[in-house]
Amino acid sequence: MESVGSIIMYWIIALSIIVFSVLTVTTRKILRSATFLLFTLFATAALYFKLDYEFLGAVQIAVYAGGIVVLFVFSILLTSHPGDNSERLVSKQRVLGMVAALATFTVVGMALLNRVGQALVSMPEMANPKMEEIGKALMGTGQYQYLLPFEAISVLLLACIIGGVVVARKR
Amino acid sequence: MEITMIYYLIPSLIMFCCGVYGFITRKNMIAMLISLELMLNAVDINFVVFNRYLYPEAMEGMFFTLFAIAIAAAETALAIAIIINVFRAAKNIDVAHLTQMKH
Repeated sequence: MESVGSIIMYWIIALSIIVFSVLTVTTRKILRSATFLLFTLFATAALYFKLDYEFLGAVQIAVYAGGIVVLFVFSILLTSHPGDNSERLVSKQRVLGMVAALATFTVVGMALLNRVGQALVSMPEMANPKMEEIGKALMGTGQYQYLLPFEAISVLLLACIIGGVVVARKR
Repeated sequence: MEITMIYYLIPSLIMFCCGVYGFITRKNMIAMLISLELMLNAVDINFVVFNRYLYPEAMEGMFFTLFAIAIAAAETALAIAIIINVFRAAKNIDVAHLTQMKH
């Protein structure tokens, strides 16, 4: 049984995820859309904290909220005039988007309610993964350890830096 | 009230559907990229929730999310570089008007 404070936290997080992600895709101004995306990502980070993954929440705030959203805001300011409304949508495309989203929601929601809804697993006890464990798992070569993906990611980021500079530089 | 797995999976599902809707209806390339981020984020939440509820002694879901976040950052940076380049060439990032490469 969860404490009252935990349940209140849950509802705040869930409602802000739902409301802000709907606003992200329905607002007309693109800069507002980026701001609502920031709020959604913060709510996700709060959800990670609530699920006891503190390192993951910190990474979510640092990389997504600190890096990606700033990148979005810069590129929005570079490519459009702030305050611009996006063009009114063609009605056909809006209907198509609604149909796709609702179809996804119905199918996956039915599957979830049928399969996961019955499995009333309450949250098991878990200690926060310590930084020491995380570091050892990232740097080890044994089973359930991730040195190879870690190095692959570092090469990917290097390629991404070089590619970004080459693609975006002035000719 | 017991907060079970489904209580976390439903908001994440709604987030994913918002991403699908935005990706289809938006015409601005950056707005499409924002919708893509929403979808990626919803999937990350699912990994973490399944890890936490079903295998609390393991850390696989958490590491998968970590790597997914890193790849999302790389992908966004490159996509924005490409978008800025397209804007320089065509003075426009509206996908409805970018038809020069069709022929």
